[in-house]
Amino acid sequence: MTKITSLNQLINLQEQIIEKKRDDITSHPGKSWGSEKFAPQALKEDQELDAPRGKEIRVVLRNCTLIDPENLDDYISEDGYQALAMVLEQYTPEQVIETIALSGLRGRGGAGFPTAKKWELTRNNPGTQKFIICNADEGDPGAFMNRRVLEGDPHSVLEGMAVAAYAIGAQQGYVYCRAEYPIAVRTLIKAIQQAQDYGILGNNIFGSDFSFNIELRMGAGAFVCGEETALIASVEGKRGEPRPRPPFPAVSGLWGKPTSINNVETFANIPQIILTGPEWFASMGTEKSKGTKTFALAGDVNHTGLIEVPLGISLREIVYDVGEGIKKNKGLKAIQTGGPMGGCIPASMIDLRVDYESLTAAGSMMGSGGMIVMDEDTCMVDIARFFMEFNQEESCGKCTPCRVGTYSMLQILNRICQGEGVEGDIEELERLSKVTKVHSLCGLGQGAPNPVISTIKHFRDEYEAHIFEKRCPAKVCRALIRYEIIKDNCTGCTFCAKNCPVGAITGERRKPHEIDQEICIQCGICFQTCNFNAIEILPGKVQLVGEHS
Amino acid sequence: MEDQSSEQTYGLITPSFHLLLKEFPLNQPESREIIDEILHSFRDVPGGLMVILNEIQSKIGYISQPIQEYISLILNIPVSTITGVVSFYSFFTTKPRGDHTIKFCMGTACYVGGTPQLMRKAEQILDIQTGDTTPDNHITMEVCRCVGSCSQAPVVVVDEQLYGRVRPSKVPPLIRDIMKTYEDS
Repeated sequence: MTKITSLNQLINLQEQIIEKKRDDITSHPGKSWGSEKFAPQALKEDQELDAPRGKEIRVVLRNCTLIDPENLDDYISEDGYQALAMVLEQYTPEQVIETIALSGLRGRGGAGFPTAKKWELTRNNPGTQKFIICNADEGDPGAFMNRRVLEGDPHSVLEGMAVAAYAIGAQQGYVYCRAEYPIAVRTLIKAIQQAQDYGILGNNIFGSDFSFNIELRMGAGAFVCGEETALIASVEGKRGEPRPRPPFPAVSGLWGKPTSINNVETFANIPQIILTGPEWFASMGTEKSKGTKTFALAGDVNHTGLIEVPLGISLREIVYDVGEGIKKNKGLKAIQTGGPMGGCIPASMIDLRVDYESLTAAGSMMGSGGMIVMDEDTCMVDIARFFMEFNQEESCGKCTPCRVGTYSMLQILNRICQGEGVEGDIEELERLSKVTKVHSLCGLGQGAPNPVISTIKHFRDEYEAHIFEKRCPAKVCRALIRYEIIKDNCTGCTFCAKNCPVGAITGERRKPHEIDQEICIQCGICFQTCNFNAIEILPGKVQLVGEHS
Repeated sequence: MEDQSSEQTYGLITPSFHLLLKEFPLNQPESREIIDEILHSFRDVPGGLMVILNEIQSKIGYISQPIQEYISLILNIPVSTITGVVSFYSFFTTKPRGDHTIKFCMGTACYVGGTPQLMRKAEQILDIQTGDTTPDNHITMEVCRCVGSCSQAPVVVVDEQLYGRVRPSKVPPLIRDIMKTYEDS
């Protein structure tokens, strides 16, 4: 394969590819633009990414589903790698950083540190060997934007990394991808290989004296490895434990060398900023948060999936315009953003603008962009317990506040959910939250109490109902509810009895059935499987036999 | 010394090395070959331990104590370091797993969408606890972290195939499909 050695050659190649596609279309009418084997079928079956709705603008996701991710030609036909070629021919590294600074791009991994500043710090640190790392360890439950970008448009990330490497003076890059994404890993390996074949990665890229290589590293299922110092340790082949900062990775990162770590989405933005200009990018968003952000909209909205909206959009617009409202017309209770270390924003704050500062002020955070919409049937104590369970399990155990703090909080939350809460539990939770937040080593521990803090702040009454009245208002906590059969509705189809895992339901065919509360474990399978709405959930504790959740 | 090919390759003549080679799975020529090849290709990669462990986990299926000791001798890294890394990451297992794995996603959307009910149903059918393998070594049942398909919650992953919007009534057919492959053969 011939290697591309200049911007002009790349543009010529693009014209050839487009010409060829046009020929294909005229000679085979009915074929679509892009790869015919990929695009139409994928669009038809895609449950994650629909046509844009509401105020959506696609920047990061612009190529997803429209091009074949395994074909570099497709990417080149969409102006691919032109930003890199342009940068190498016309820009000095300082100019690249200046351009990104003008655009106002901030890190999309959650904390929102200005990207240009990070690059500048890394660039200005002495040393000839520097590294660039792409953080694709997207571990937040409920977030899958990065996976989609890696699977749908891997070259945009590689191009962004190459531009960043040129800006900071790195020769080697790593993509750290989590092992839960096998397709993303396969696509990336293929993409890196193709780019090397074209001479876009390797030595003397586009005829310049800039050389850059990318290697893929896989995680192995540790959430904490998304934290930058833990990620570095993992790439080095060690236990993925964070270390105190400073020194920041920009000073002493991978193998003690200056390293810049950016998120997948940050890199995917770079080529567009270079090509279209920083002014265009800065025209979107709010004063301090520019551009667009992808969110994985999940939970109880009608239209779940990936969305990309300009920053500064209100939550109302996201839930009701883009998400098309709550399922079954139920009421909105809360929106959870920022993953397990984020917080719950109550329905009363639905007009909140989505940007880094407002979300933090509301007690949540941007995070990498999971957005879970919860309707009125969600128990906030249970949600807090769920996130605490996640954080406790993923706590690496290196520092005591996080290791012990998350465990103690989980114990209290478990107790409350089982109807064994006592007076003073809420205050104890607040105290532990504070300690863990202030004293933990890394973002995981510092963020771990957020779900508890925000749910206590906005839904204190639910905690109180659990503790003092032994009642779960949303009828979720298993120890505080019981299932009963509505005799008038039950047709005696025996379906529930067949599905009951503990055999608590008895009754003759065609006669109303009955649930033995002694045996019932409140799993809810009968409620879900009943076709006649004959099973109701009643508040009130029953004698628990069986396991505790 | 000359007749032992492994010693020629690595120049190791410790008694423990001989004993180690008698242990399963290192006494199986096929497994040994796979492990040797992985070690050869990645031993010089900077920070290659993670890469090696990932490869062994995916090709052998587990990283047992003898394998860890073997890696330790060849890479000249203390076993404690390797065990430290293996025990840190949830993807690495030290015990052999069943031929098929059913993973239940415990991401937020799936949890809210009813993964616990699905697990209870599967536990009931397979008669094992989550995290265990059936006695015939056919199916391993485990919980996994968010697989990133939240719009299809709740999600069950059988081997690498993903099933979305699974209802409790869909679990028995799913398991039956796996068992069918054994009946045929």
